[in-house]
Amino acid sequence: MKYVEEYRDTELGRNLIKRIASVSKRPARFMEFCGGHTVSIMKHGIRQLLPSNIEMLSGPGCPVCVTPVGDIDKAVFLAGKPGAIISTFGDMIRVPGSVSTLQKAKGEGADVRIVYSTQDALEIARQNPAKSVIFVGVGFETTAPTVAASVRQAFKEGLTNYYVLSLHKLTPPIIRALLTAQELDLDGIICPGHVSAVTGARPYEFIGNEYNISAVISGFEPLDILLAVEMLIRQVEEGRHMLENAYPRVVRYEGNRQALDIMNEVFEVSPSNWRGIGVVDQSGLRLRDKYGALDAEKAFDIERVDVRENPGCICGEILRGVKSPSDCRLFKNVCNPGNPVGPCMVSAEGSCSAHYLYGGENER
Amino acid sequence: MNDKVLLAHGSGGRLSHDLIEKYFMPRLDNPILNRLDDSAVLEMKGRIAFTTDSYIIKPVFFPGGDIGRLAVCGTINDLSTSGAVPKYLSLGLIIEEGLPIADLEDIMASVSETAKEAGVFVVTGDTKVVDHGSADGIFINTSGIGIIPEDIDISGANAKDGDKVIISGTIGDHGITVMAQREGLKFTVPVESDCAPLNGLVSDILKVSANIHCLRDPTRGGLATTLIELASQSGVGIQIYEDKIPVRDAVRGMCEILGFDPLYIANEGKMVIIAGPEDADIIIDILRKNRYGGDAAVIGEVTSQQKGRVVLKTGLGSSRIVDMPAGDLLPRIC
Repeated sequence: MKYVEEYRDTELGRNLIKRIASVSKRPARFMEFCGGHTVSIMKHGIRQLLPSNIEMLSGPGCPVCVTPVGDIDKAVFLAGKPGAIISTFGDMIRVPGSVSTLQKAKGEGADVRIVYSTQDALEIARQNPAKSVIFVGVGFETTAPTVAASVRQAFKEGLTNYYVLSLHKLTPPIIRALLTAQELDLDGIICPGHVSAVTGARPYEFIGNEYNISAVISGFEPLDILLAVEMLIRQVEEGRHMLENAYPRVVRYEGNRQALDIMNEVFEVSPSNWRGIGVVDQSGLRLRDKYGALDAEKAFDIERVDVRENPGCICGEILRGVKSPSDCRLFKNVCNPGNPVGPCMVSAEGSCSAHYLYGGENER
Repeated sequence: MNDKVLLAHGSGGRLSHDLIEKYFMPRLDNPILNRLDDSAVLEMKGRIAFTTDSYIIKPVFFPGGDIGRLAVCGTINDLSTSGAVPKYLSLGLIIEEGLPIADLEDIMASVSETAKEAGVFVVTGDTKVVDHGSADGIFINTSGIGIIPEDIDISGANAKDGDKVIISGTIGDHGITVMAQREGLKFTVPVESDCAPLNGLVSDILKVSANIHCLRDPTRGGLATTLIELASQSGVGIQIYEDKIPVRDAVRGMCEILGFDPLYIANEGKMVIIAGPEDADIIIDILRKNRYGGDAAVIGEVTSQQKGRVVLKTGLGSSRIVDMPAGDLLPRIC
């Protein structure tokens, strides 16, 4: 069992596509929540393989993309502090803030380091006791537990030079916000895969129960996605609205207790600002008071700068699923992965990047 | 002798001579270099291919090779893509003060072994030493000269409708190896750089086929970028099949973890060959007999549609256009 090849089996895939074609009668509109889903759908050309009555929209499930300009500005400001070392995950360094990016700050002499794990950031802090090591924490429930673990460890070790700028966001509240806004007229949602491994399936049950919309948790391989789409189509055809799990090899109903516990111990739920969507209640995570000394927001006097966004960039509408990258007049002209205007073009999981790299002929 | 390279080693004085006498001459020994004149004098007839490239790699030593082997292979392979028989190399070293002499010895040993393997001579060279912090360990520049046999006409502009597209082996090995080292990943990746001189392999296939139209080594930017360049230069379309492109499990796995696409990952010992369809079988046959061509495969064909573009057919039967990568490859978040 290699856990990848099996879920790309072309023969099984073609059978699923045939089954989908025979089951699907009604027009339906689905949203894939995760950027990882979008990338897989584009990369494997899945949209072309679905019947024409099925429409797929991309959702806001890309942590880099939903980070608002003002938060990027904070990170850039912190990078400019004497003695600061900024550590963060790869994509973050290229996201444009109002005036700069972490990458540009690095070029101008700031110490910005890409890490793969918060453990690496902790190690940097241990080795540089005279510096302030600030981890810019982005990500959903998938990454938050590891950041929480680093905070708890730094606290236990008495490390006084490790800080976290918590930009973490939660997925169920944003799905609720999108559904409440009623902009999309959705029939179904492909729910997060890796996030659900942590949260479990339960937090997504409200989609069917309260909004009468079908929901299926899906993995990221082409067969995972085709299976999830088939399950959504069957629900639509049969008039059912419930949460189903097409990713049981990873996602359990109760989720990962340990990860949830540590997240809950270190963070508390807070309002959070989402790019293109605005402040959504109970959709973010901030450090609890016990860990206040490690909170970069509290430890540093972060200067507010006037937030400026490129007025032509429609990342916000793309994240809400209201528009597609090809609707943007900057797409591929001014904005490309080498010169990204908005975060959806920066992140490997961003819709614009996925459409740019893997888009079909109609988007050229 | 000090065990580190000092600024004085690049001064032109006694230490410079020591360096050359002790570490370079015994390794590179050949009649042209041994004259120690300021320029090498070469006797050559016919069409000459000439190329240059600079090598900067971190880490300098990696599984499957080092900067020395890389610098020799890269230039040999660039010469080979025009069908030339590589003959002579120059070797320019820019060394950061403080490089352990033992490292320099190892690098020179690789240069020497690789040059011998490929049957080329390093005929001229230069060494400079710069202050600590002004370089990163060692940078190498190599230029190379080769002779193009009379009836050979190979160019990126020569691909024709109906030609077959061949890759000489698995893709992404070098890039993934170096990335795994560089990023300090806390797990081992069972893959080595494919860094290799391909002049032997190219000469083997040129012996059996007069219908080889394009040769190119898919280094930075990977297979995708090379194919796009060839499609555009020849004014043709290229169609490739996802499930025919050879990729090692370890490379595929690493790409999954880091969010990369093997199509865009660098290779240092692979050749893309575009040839008339009638010769595809014999070329594959000959490639597979070469030590660097064991996994060679036909991965697609040249078409008259979608000129200047590369279209990839997925295993599921959909197709998508393969675009140039833009910017650096960065690992993903979740």
